[in-house]
Amino acid sequence: MEIPYTIQIRPDTGLYNAKLGIWLFLASEVMLFGGLFSAYILLRVGAEPGMWPHGWLNVTLGTVNTLLLALSAITTLLAWAACRVRDFRKFKIFHACTILLALTFLGIKSYEYRDKLIHYEVQLTNGRFADGHLIEKSADFDLAKKTGTVTLHGRIVEDEKDLMDLRATPAEKPAEITVAAADIKKMENYGPKHNTFTAIYFTLTGLHALHILGGTLVIFYFWAFGGAMWKSDPERFTNRIEVSGLFWHFVDLVWIFLFPVLYLT
Amino acid sequence: MEKLVQQFPPFREAAAPHGHDDHGHHEHHEPGFWSKYIFSTDHKVIGIQYGFVALCFMQFGFCLMMLMRWQIAHPGVPVPAIGHLLEKILGQPAAGGAISPDLYNSFGAMHGTIMVFLGVVPLAFAAFGNYVVPLMIGAPDMCFPRINMASFHAFFLGGVVMLVSFFIPGGAAQAGWTSYSPLATTIPTNGQAFWLVGMVLLITSSLLGAVNFIATIIQLRAPGMTWMRMPFFVWAQFVTAFILLLAFPPLEAAGVLQLMDNVAHTSFFLPTGLAIGGQLADRSGGGSPLLWQHLFWFLGHPEVYVLILPAMGIVAEVIANNTRKPLWGYKSLVYSALFVGFLSFIVWAHHMYMTGMGQKIATFFQTTTMIISIPSVIILTCMFLSLWGGSIRINTPMLFALGFLPMFGIGGLTGLPLGLAASDLYLHDTYYIIAHFHYVVAPGTIFALFAGVYFWFPKMTGRRMNEFWGRVHFWCSFTFMNIVFMPMFAQGIKGMLRRMSDGAVNYSAARVPNAIDALPGTVMELNTWILWAAIALGIAQIPFIINLFWSIGHGEKVNSDNPWGATTLDWQTPTPPPHGNFAHEPVVVRGPYEYSAPGHATDFTPQDEPESSSAPVNPTAHH
Amino acid sequence: MSESEKPVCLKSYFRLCAVVFLVVVCTTSAMIATSFSHIGEGWTLKVALILAIAVVNAFLVAGYLMHLLSEKKLVYTVLAFTVFFFVGLMGLTVWATNGFPPGTVSH
Repeated sequence: MEIPYTIQIRPDTGLYNAKLGIWLFLASEVMLFGGLFSAYILLRVGAEPGMWPHGWLNVTLGTVNTLLLALSAITTLLAWAACRVRDFRKFKIFHACTILLALTFLGIKSYEYRDKLIHYEVQLTNGRFADGHLIEKSADFDLAKKTGTVTLHGRIVEDEKDLMDLRATPAEKPAEITVAAADIKKMENYGPKHNTFTAIYFTLTGLHALHILGGTLVIFYFWAFGGAMWKSDPERFTNRIEVSGLFWHFVDLVWIFLFPVLYLT
Repeated sequence: MEKLVQQFPPFREAAAPHGHDDHGHHEHHEPGFWSKYIFSTDHKVIGIQYGFVALCFMQFGFCLMMLMRWQIAHPGVPVPAIGHLLEKILGQPAAGGAISPDLYNSFGAMHGTIMVFLGVVPLAFAAFGNYVVPLMIGAPDMCFPRINMASFHAFFLGGVVMLVSFFIPGGAAQAGWTSYSPLATTIPTNGQAFWLVGMVLLITSSLLGAVNFIATIIQLRAPGMTWMRMPFFVWAQFVTAFILLLAFPPLEAAGVLQLMDNVAHTSFFLPTGLAIGGQLADRSGGGSPLLWQHLFWFLGHPEVYVLILPAMGIVAEVIANNTRKPLWGYKSLVYSALFVGFLSFIVWAHHMYMTGMGQKIATFFQTTTMIISIPSVIILTCMFLSLWGGSIRINTPMLFALGFLPMFGIGGLTGLPLGLAASDLYLHDTYYIIAHFHYVVAPGTIFALFAGVYFWFPKMTGRRMNEFWGRVHFWCSFTFMNIVFMPMFAQGIKGMLRRMSDGAVNYSAARVPNAIDALPGTVMELNTWILWAAIALGIAQIPFIINLFWSIGHGEKVNSDNPWGATTLDWQTPTPPPHGNFAHEPVVVRGPYEYSAPGHATDFTPQDEPESSSAPVNPTAHH
Repeated sequence: MSESEKPVCLKSYFRLCAVVFLVVVCTTSAMIATSFSHIGEGWTLKVALILAIAVVNAFLVAGYLMHLLSEKKLVYTVLAFTVFFFVGLMGLTVWATNGFPPGTVSH
C-alpha cells in the first residue's frame, strides 16, 4: 500500500505531502516563538523604567553568529540545488559546511552562556554592588560561614541601576577586585534567575539552540546515511533535503529576530 | 469522457517501483504482535489505541470527580469503602481515609486536565479522527503514518507522566487545570513540574496529529472528493486540527516559561515584591502573572472548540444517516465551522474579565465573544432543521445525537451571560461556570462521542453493540447528567464559588447565620443530590463498558459492510477495513448526503456509486 | 513530478546566494549602526528602525532561500492566517495589559 503524493505533487495543490507538512509545522513554530516573543515584549514594557538591561550581550559574537547562520542557510540551499542537479559530491560538501557552521554557532553560544554564568553581581553589606567575572575564590571561601574572599574582574558601583545600561555608562576600566565573604549580602551569577532579561535571554536562545541542535542532527543523518536512499530514489532524497532545508531556514529566520531584539535593542 | 477525469497517479502498486520502501513491496510479511498492536503505523489501529487509552483516562477522571463530590457533600468524612485504600496508596494527604484540602485541590486540577487533554481531545479528535477521516476521504492511510505513531506514543507518555505525578512526594499538581502563577510556582512540591512536562508531551502529540490531519485532508482526498463533497465530520476535524496547530504552541511556550519558573527559579510570571508565607521571596521579580493567563487562555479558548467541533461532526453524520435525508444547510455548516475556528483565536480574554482590563479591551473581547455565538447557533439550528421532514430512525447512536442537541443548546445559551462582561463579573468562578462548561462537554461532547462509538462499532468489529443496553445507557446517562449539572446553575447564581474543598460549608447559613447572602440550606442540600446522581451516572456507564467489550466477541453480526445504509465512503469498505482501506481506489461522483434521492432504488446513494444514467458525470466538479 | 519546476542551474543559485549574503551583511551592519547611534529620544525609534530592517532581512531569507516567493497559494494562505493570529496574540495581549479601568493608580 502506497501513500500517494509522497514524491509526486498533487495537481490541485502543487505540493508533495512532506512539503505541506513542514510548512504546517513551521506555522506552529511561528506561534511557539511568537508566544516567547510576546512574553519578551510584555516583560520589557512592564519593567521599571531604567531597569531593563542594555548592552549586556557581546555584539561582536552575536554578529559573527548571525553571519555564520546566514552562511549556513546559503549552504543549505546550495546543498539542495546540488541534489536537484544530481551532484552528490557537491551536496556532501555543502552540507558538511552547514554542519560545521552550525557547530561553530553552538560553540560560540556555549561560550556566551559560560560567560554569563561566571559573571557575578555581588550585593555588599554597605549597600554597594561589586560586579564582574570570577577570577578565583579563595580556598576557604564560604558564603554561609562568611569566610574567605572572592576575586572578580570588574568594578564596584553605587546602585544596581548603574549595572543596567552598559552602553550608556562610560566604561571605567574593569579592575581586579577582591571582596571578603563577610561583606557579601548576596552573590548571584547572571544566570536565568538573575532578572527577567537573563531569564528570557536564556529561554529564547536556549530553545533556539535546541532547534539548531535538532536541525543539525537531522542534516547530519541525511549527510552520513543518505547514500542508500540517494542511490535508490534520488528524487525522494532531494525532497527530504528540501524539507529539512526549510526547517533550517526557519531556525535562521528566528535568529534574524532574536539577534536584534536581544543584542541590539 | 476519459479526458475529464483528473490524472491522479494510481495508488496501487502498478506505478514504477520506488525503490525500497518499508511497506512498498508485495510480499505480505505478517507483522508480529508489537508492530501490529503497539507500534503500528496503521491509522485504524492508532485510532483504536487512542480510543481505548482515552476511555480509560476518562474513567479515571470520573473516579476523581466522584471522590471530590463525596468530599463536597460530606466534608471531612472518610470516603466509604475505599477510604483506607486511598490512605494506603496516597499516604498523608488521605489521612484517615478523608480527602484533605490539598488532595482535593490536586484531584480537581487533575480531573480537569485528564478529562480535557487525556480524555475528550484524544477520543474526539485523535481516536475518531484517525479511524474515520482517511476512510471518509477515500485515502489509504494518513499522510505521515510514522508521525501518527509517534504522536500516539507522545500522548501515552504524557499520560504516564500525569499519572505518575500522583505518587511523587507532595502529590500531583494542585493549582487547577489552569495552573495560574504565582500559585503554580510557589507550591513547594514538584507536582506542577510534572504537570508541565506532561503538558509539553501532550501538546507535542497534538501538534504532530494536527499536521497529519491537515496534510491528509488536503492531499489525500480521493479523485472526485472535492472540498464541498466532504462529509461535515471531515470539515469539523479539519478546523479542529488547524486550531490545535496554531493555538497550542503559545501554551507550550508558556509551559516552558512556567517550568523555568518552577525549576530554574526565574520570575517570568512572578511579580516584584512577591511574599511567600510572610517572607519576601528570593526571586528577581519583574514578571507578570497576567502574562501566564493570556498565554494559557490563548489556547484555552480555542481548546473548547477543539472539544466541540468533532462532536458536532459526529452528530451531523448520525443525524443525516438516521433521518434518511441530506443535512440541512451543508454550506452554512461548513462556513460556520470555518468562522468559528477563525474567531476562536480572538475571544480568549473573556476568561479574564476579572483581571482589571480596561473597558475598551474588555468590550473588544465581549464583542468577538458575542459574535462567535452566531456560527455555533447556526450549526445547532442546521442540525435541528435536518430533523424536519426526515424519516427518523431511532437507535442508540441517534438517541445520543438527539440528546446532544438540547444539551449543547443549554450549555451554549448559559454561556451568554458569561460572555457579557457585566454579568460575568458576578458569575465568574462560581458553580454556574462549572455547570455551563460541563453541559457543553459532558452531556454535549461526550454524548456525541458515545453516539460515535455505537455508530462506528459495526465498521470496526463487524458486530453491533446490544441495542437494549445501549438505550438503557442513554436514558440513564441523560437523566443523571441533568440531575448532576442542572442544580449547579442555581448554586452558582446563589453565589457558591468553585474549587472549595469543603463544599462551601464555611459559607453556608448553617455555619454563619448572620452573613449576608450565606448559602441557604436548599443550596447546600443540592450537594447531596448531586453526589447521588453522580454515583448513579457512574453505575449507568457499567452497561456501556460491558456492552462494549462483550459485543466485540459476541455482538450480533452485521450482514453487510454498510449496516446503517450510509452514503459516506467509510461505509463502502470491507469490514473491518484492511490495511490500505479500499479494495479499489474510490472515485467520488456526488455529495456526502444523497439520501432518499427521488427515483433511486434504495433510500441512500453512496458517494462513489457510479452514475447509472447515461448523462455524463463530472467527478472533477470543483467547489 | 515534484521536479517539474524549471530545471536547476547551480551557477544561477551561486549568484543568488552571493547577492542574498551580501544584502544580509549590509542589513546586519545597518542594524548594528542604528543600535549604536543616537537617533531619537530613548529607545523607541531605534527599536522600530531595527525591527524594520530585521523584517527586510527576514523577507530575503523567507522569500529567496525558502523560495516562499515562488511557493504555492496554499502555503501562503496558511502563513497569512498564522501571521494574523501571531499579531493578534502580541497586539491584544499588549493592549490588554496596558489598558486599565479609569481611576487606576500606577506607580
